[in-house]
Amino acid sequence: MEQKTKVNAESGKQELEITREFNLPLDLLFKAYIMPEIIEQWMGTKVLKFENKKHGSYQFETVDAKGNKVFGANGVIHEIVPNKKIIRTFEMDSTPFGVQLEIYEFEQLADNISNLKMHVIYESVEQRDQVLKLPFAQGINMAHNRLEEVANKIK
Amino acid sequence: MNLRRDVFQAIADPTRRAILLLVASQSMSAGAIASNFNTARPTVSKHLQILTECRLLEQEQNGREIYYHLNPQKFKEIAEFIEPFRQFWDDRFNKLETIMKKYPQ
Repeated sequence: MEQKTKVNAESGKQELEITREFNLPLDLLFKAYIMPEIIEQWMGTKVLKFENKKHGSYQFETVDAKGNKVFGANGVIHEIVPNKKIIRTFEMDSTPFGVQLEIYEFEQLADNISNLKMHVIYESVEQRDQVLKLPFAQGINMAHNRLEEVANKIK
Repeated sequence: MNLRRDVFQAIADPTRRAILLLVASQSMSAGAIASNFNTARPTVSKHLQILTECRLLEQEQNGREIYYHLNPQKFKEIAEFIEPFRQFWDDRFNKLETIMKKYPQ
């Protein structure tokens, strides 16, 4: 089966490309990137600030059950073309990974199918490779554990 | 401050990538590899040393010459290292898709 999410990271380059085909109409896919209450849901982080306009900035933050900050990120929006394109910077707080430039291209493929191409450019080859080597599997498990905690509280 | 040879550092260099392509189809001696490049022989030797240290290349003695060939196991490791990153994004995008399918239009 062909993978829906593809990552193209050529060796020796300071950039990478992530592509994904969604079973969603284009405007819904785009909404998921510009509406703070929706970003919060799929990214699993709190949106402290989100100025959806050219030269606007945004700020994400995740805290654990004890109120300690476990993740923070921020950036500036450089260009935003509805249902078409977003260019922004992204920086994770308190990490050595620097600022990355993100270019998102949204495209309608059919009635209910849309495509996202995410082009990410890092400050150096070394920084890109460091990001690629982050313990992602562990991060996902942490998110699942948090989800379980929440679910258990509801019960 | 080079604590250990890193595979990704090794394949970041264009000459080393060219060397890997050369020996992909057949094992070759250091001399035969060097004859493909305009760079000085010691420079090529240095590249071969780096590729061998991070186990992308393996050496075999053949008479008086040392032959170099690819280590397929190490290449598999490189291909697989992106997988957790891809999984992470796949997971996020799946979530996005599920949420937006329920979004009132």
